[in-house]
Amino acid sequence: MMDAIAVAWKEWSEQIGQRGFRGYQGILLMILVFGIVLPLQNGPAWITSPIIGIAWSWVPMFLVTTVIADAIAGERERHTLETLLASCLSDRAILFGKMGAAIGYAGAVTAISLFVGLVAVNLVHRQGGLLLYGAPVVLVMCVGGVLGAVFVAAVGVLISLRAATVRQAQQTLGGAIMALLLAPLAAVRLLPTEWLSSLRPDSATYVQLGVIAAAAFALLDAGVVALATVRFRRARLIAD
Amino acid sequence: MLTSLRDHLTSPAIRTDGLSRQFGAVCALDGLSLEIPRGIIFGFLGPNGSGKTTTIRLLLGLLEATSGSAEVLGYDTRTDATAIRERSGALLEHCGLYERLNAADNLDLYGRFWQISRDHRRARIRELLSHLDLWERRDEMVAGWSRGMKQKLAIARALLHRPELVFLDEPTAGLDPIAAVTLRDDLSRLTAREGVTVFLTTHNLAEAERLCALVGVVHNGKLKVVAPPAQLNAMSETPRVEIIGAGLTEAMMEMLRAHRGVVSARADGRCLIIDLKHAADVSSVVAALVSLGYHLETVRNSAGSLEDVFHSLVEAQR
Repeated sequence: MMDAIAVAWKEWSEQIGQRGFRGYQGILLMILVFGIVLPLQNGPAWITSPIIGIAWSWVPMFLVTTVIADAIAGERERHTLETLLASCLSDRAILFGKMGAAIGYAGAVTAISLFVGLVAVNLVHRQGGLLLYGAPVVLVMCVGGVLGAVFVAAVGVLISLRAATVRQAQQTLGGAIMALLLAPLAAVRLLPTEWLSSLRPDSATYVQLGVIAAAAFALLDAGVVALATVRFRRARLIAD
Repeated sequence: MLTSLRDHLTSPAIRTDGLSRQFGAVCALDGLSLEIPRGIIFGFLGPNGSGKTTTIRLLLGLLEATSGSAEVLGYDTRTDATAIRERSGALLEHCGLYERLNAADNLDLYGRFWQISRDHRRARIRELLSHLDLWERRDEMVAGWSRGMKQKLAIARALLHRPELVFLDEPTAGLDPIAAVTLRDDLSRLTAREGVTVFLTTHNLAEAERLCALVGVVHNGKLKVVAPPAQLNAMSETPRVEIIGAGLTEAMMEMLRAHRGVVSARADGRCLIIDLKHAADVSSVVAALVSLGYHLETVRNSAGSLEDVFHSLVEAQR
């Protein structure tokens, strides 16, 4: 556990800590857009709309892509991976440290953006009482965000192991995530309208569907993480 | 348990038996059998692509052997690779430094990996960087450093956790001569001070001759010979003379190359280094040079070098 934390500390230091203002530019831009500009444009709906939970659960997935690709493909590209593998760290500590760093980064930036958005909307669009995200929305954001981030981190590991460069890993991962997100939406559009209208579930069914979807996603995550654990082995990394 | 611990402590630093590694159709290492005692600098000498880096990767458990076995510090590379890595340090083909971090943070990071306490880590970093004249530059980003400085820092990283064994893969490769000499001196001083066993790969013969107590020559994945440098030098059978003088011309070099008593000839400044077929050929060679107008100052016998042995071993295989 301590080893994985040490690896995560290294990733964060490399990503942001030691690059001065440049390291923080991406984060600040993200917070500016998702924490100030979009909330002020959308007003109270940014907090009260039930859709916001689903929308925000996607954000960590995109944030993970850049960090995880750099953590593995970047480390190989910069010729530091082999030295790291020659250390006393276990394969799992390295893998989970890198995944944890990416997920932690995405989670932190998302949480800060949500909080800044909450403050911005409450300051500009005061409607008497304090506006807060609803509990179901927070639950969907947390569960969806974590499941999505873990999934992308594990898929990112698998793609980065095969990618020649960071750019290639980021492009492939970005493309794969877009395809995964857009494919269900496109599929729904292709379904007959009469068939869709017959499927109007009530709120109880929505909860059931949500639980089933989360359980299925968790199973999928477990499978992809297990695959990444199998693939991320010293002998394989060097021989490949 | 005590017997097992004693075995680990008294075993050779490295022992391999028929160690081989195949990459598809290419045999990178072919039946390496070797025993390296503790506490020495062992030089693993060979041209590029001869299997040196593969050997280090196999010994560190970063690659699996196709056949054969290896023990490092008494631990099997197949089953106890983690124990080997815990007790070893490594400077591999690339120095592996994080260029976005400063020098001290690069070492601190690896100190954390080895779970050295914060106070010990700081003291050790200061000690190593001071010995390598890098302490004043500890807060600088490594990205702006010269290759020589990076190699020094990587050596400090390899020694940080006081390992029993250090693998150094061509530590002076790509350095200018002055930086290489400095690094070699630092390396020699530090390893002697730390009492560590060093497995050093190089294709620099002078480096091996200067640093190593024992040298193994590898070519095309096969170990050709293992011996102390002095013993290897004695294996050189070609008589060599060094002729110092002035007025050397290209015509004279052509004459030397065509001379039936000369194996090879090369000029190094004012010194002509000539390998002869027989020691008795020296008089005819000198006479021929003088007749062409060469101003002779000194003629002296020269001992064969490790280079001669290395070339003769490689040539013998061809």
